[in-house]
Amino acid sequence: MQTSFTAEQLLDPHVAESEKILRRCVHCGFCTATCPTYVTLGNELDSPRGRIYLIKDMLENGRPADAEVVTHIDRCLSCLACTTTCPSGVDYMHLVDHARVHIEKTYRRPLADRLIRNLLAAVLPYPARFRAALGLAKLGRPFAPLLKRVPALKPLGAMLELAPKSAAKASAGPATHPPQAERRGRVAILTGCAQPVLDPRINEATIRLLTRLGIEVVAPSGEGCCGALVHHMGREEQALDHARHNVDVWLREVERGGLDAIIITASGCGTTIKDYGHMLRLDPAYAEKAAKVSTLAKDITEYLSTLDLPRLEPQGLTVAYHSACSMQHGQKITMQPKNLLKAAGFGVRDPAEGHLCCGSAGTYNILQSEISEQLKARKVKNIEATKADVIATGNIGCITQISTGTAMPILHTVELLDWAYGGPKPGKLKDR
Amino acid sequence: MSETIQFLPPRQAVLSRRTAIIADLADLLPPDCLVHEPRELVPFETDAFVAYRRVPLAVVLPRTTAEVAAVMKYCHRYGVPVVPRGAGTSLSGGAIPQEDAVVLGLSKMSRILEVDYANRTATVQAGVTNLSISETVGADGFFYAPDPSSQLACTIGGNIGMNSGGAHCLKYGVTTNNLLGVKMVLVDGTVIELGGKHLDAAGYDLLGLVCGSEGQLGIVTEATVRLIAKPEGARPVLFGFDTSEEAGSCVADVIGSGIIPVAIEFMDKPAIEICEAFAHAGYPLDVGALLIVEVEGSEAEMDAMLKEIVEIAGRHGVKTVRESQSAMEAALIWKGRKSAFGATGRIADYICMDGTVPLGKLSYVLKKTSEITDSFGLRVANVFHAGDGNMHPLILFNANDPEDAAKAEAAGNEILKLCVDAGGCLTGEHGVGIEKRDLMRHQYSEADLAQQMAVRAAFDEGWILNPSKVFPLEGRPTT
Repeated sequence: MQTSFTAEQLLDPHVAESEKILRRCVHCGFCTATCPTYVTLGNELDSPRGRIYLIKDMLENGRPADAEVVTHIDRCLSCLACTTTCPSGVDYMHLVDHARVHIEKTYRRPLADRLIRNLLAAVLPYPARFRAALGLAKLGRPFAPLLKRVPALKPLGAMLELAPKSAAKASAGPATHPPQAERRGRVAILTGCAQPVLDPRINEATIRLLTRLGIEVVAPSGEGCCGALVHHMGREEQALDHARHNVDVWLREVERGGLDAIIITASGCGTTIKDYGHMLRLDPAYAEKAAKVSTLAKDITEYLSTLDLPRLEPQGLTVAYHSACSMQHGQKITMQPKNLLKAAGFGVRDPAEGHLCCGSAGTYNILQSEISEQLKARKVKNIEATKADVIATGNIGCITQISTGTAMPILHTVELLDWAYGGPKPGKLKDR
Repeated sequence: MSETIQFLPPRQAVLSRRTAIIADLADLLPPDCLVHEPRELVPFETDAFVAYRRVPLAVVLPRTTAEVAAVMKYCHRYGVPVVPRGAGTSLSGGAIPQEDAVVLGLSKMSRILEVDYANRTATVQAGVTNLSISETVGADGFFYAPDPSSQLACTIGGNIGMNSGGAHCLKYGVTTNNLLGVKMVLVDGTVIELGGKHLDAAGYDLLGLVCGSEGQLGIVTEATVRLIAKPEGARPVLFGFDTSEEAGSCVADVIGSGIIPVAIEFMDKPAIEICEAFAHAGYPLDVGALLIVEVEGSEAEMDAMLKEIVEIAGRHGVKTVRESQSAMEAALIWKGRKSAFGATGRIADYICMDGTVPLGKLSYVLKKTSEITDSFGLRVANVFHAGDGNMHPLILFNANDPEDAAKAEAAGNEILKLCVDAGGCLTGEHGVGIEKRDLMRHQYSEADLAQQMAVRAAFDEGWILNPSKVFPLEGRPTT
């Protein structure tokens, strides 16, 4: 569609990029149909097309963000279902990224909102702090319903409810895990920040499975949060610092022994790391290095698909596969996880409305708990209707979110694969 | 864009009461059903005919027929124009508002109310998307036949407003042939019901009148539609030709010999390239024109019909014939076709024409269309429902170049006149909207138009419902 930016505005590379994205949009409205918030709220302003228009109007007029625009951008899950649907190829992700940075720079949020966002950004990306916070959360849990009744404190209440009842034991630190079979490759694994605190068994299963398959797995020392969390809050500099830090860590590992891939077991992180090349494109010192890291980044199921795992006999367990948005929309990985599960002998079922987000979306279930709860209920209903024995997915956020809404066991895909190919039976399935 | 299409001048009496109107609407609706902040109104200023834009006075998003009635009663009392909006996917500007109008969006009314297999009907709220009906009943072996390319997003309410068609309407008819009843709010807030689950109703066929009335006779809030049992099987087959003329004459010959496939869709070379780049459906890239012919029924029925079609195509120099080999491939073939307009956005801005011509004139009109766009120095891509002669030339242009945009509009007008002069009509399924409004005199005599306007006035004497649309602004009865 038509845009109106001045030549001077277009000198800003971020504006120039957004202008290009906007020019692609033909305003056809297809995206509204698969947007979880539009489907839930029924308002154009809470649809991708509405947000694109709000962003366009704000950027063209060079205006600071205002409360209305912020409300509707904040409600965006960044699930990217719209980009899967869009026939015109509108790069909504980078447009909304730009809008979030613009909001962060030009808008002062109300005090309570600022505090909760600062708290999340200061705690979640750092495992030691997060673990300590979960200990405190146990004490605060009884107050959650009370907090949720005060609008400004609602996020705190939601956070306490999501916190697991018992923090997992500390996960193993940096190490090199040698292959247990004839050596076929060498990879680094993203240890992650929140995931090892919430569920260290996921990476343990990954390391067991890969080493059995002859892959050397390095958990490099110094790895940090991928930056997705602050990136989605529009805190650009902080996100880029996380990215640069990890780029240095991984490239050191490449120099040390070569890397076939950087394995990611949380698809939310995968989407961001695969975007490092774009995020750091304007940083001459890092642009090339970041692009290299992005090409090395692979979801665990993407990488396993290249290893020709043997086909196993069906063993009677049916799996409802929940594709995380960051997996299917962010990284466009749709078939590999299901094919791996099928080859490993599991019956795989697709829940209805699989394209819709479960409402987890990073910190969304804390910051937008009302919409998140509605999406969770819808997701759980669709998953339970499959009557499968177990849920598999590839993202810790979804695991945390969905597990608070159903009694069905929910596992990371790789935990099932590890078990099928000779690993221990996952604890969550012990009584099955 | 250069604005050659005018809107009615806003009613000053309405604009000057803006604050009071918003306060009154706020009394009628909960806060999340009313949009009035100036910046929040901007995204409602247009639909998929994005070249034209007007920021409305307010937007209401009612959840029930009662709320719609309350809004209509109020707007009628104070003479406030109302522009209904489904999903805002209109290609003719049917949902574009005006400065003095309240946009009445049906997007919160998106529930399926009843599915009745014994009577083969579904009763739905007007904001339900077209596709979700087929998705709901699909597992039980039924579907809702009219399938506009925007069926993923467009609403039944909008389909009724525009009497929408789609690829599969060749066999099953357009919206009006599949609509059995509606609940409708009249301009003064009165709620009426037309039709029902039966095929005909006593008295005048007002349902036929309402379907295609572009939101000017009332606001449809619920609809009862016909469900159709799914065929045993369906198979899209690709027929590639060297030239558009050959493909066009083949279509006329197929239909003329009494064969009615479910769909015959046409794509010329530019359209094939656009759709293939998006969908990777395996469309042949070495042909000048492509027909997607879908046959359905038992294997034997499909084979028999295909054999006849292949024979006819052979007489028109068909170059390649390729059947889809799997359900996934069939889905991709349709995905590419149905995304054609949006996918065009990857290479240029476009306006989409909707003229319909007698099948015998397809080749002639295709050739003339190219001549017209050539004469303006513009590119064109053709992708359309060939089986019923419903053409969709996509005129490609650069929306950031006002001169280019004006040329595109002028070329479009010439193409539509060409369709009418060839014995066809201005619109096959997209509706008149504002886009074709000023060409209505090319199609109709003054007497024809006067009668249509008299009917409109019988429902809405004050012309407050979607007033800038359908009828040319000059020569309207003064109100």
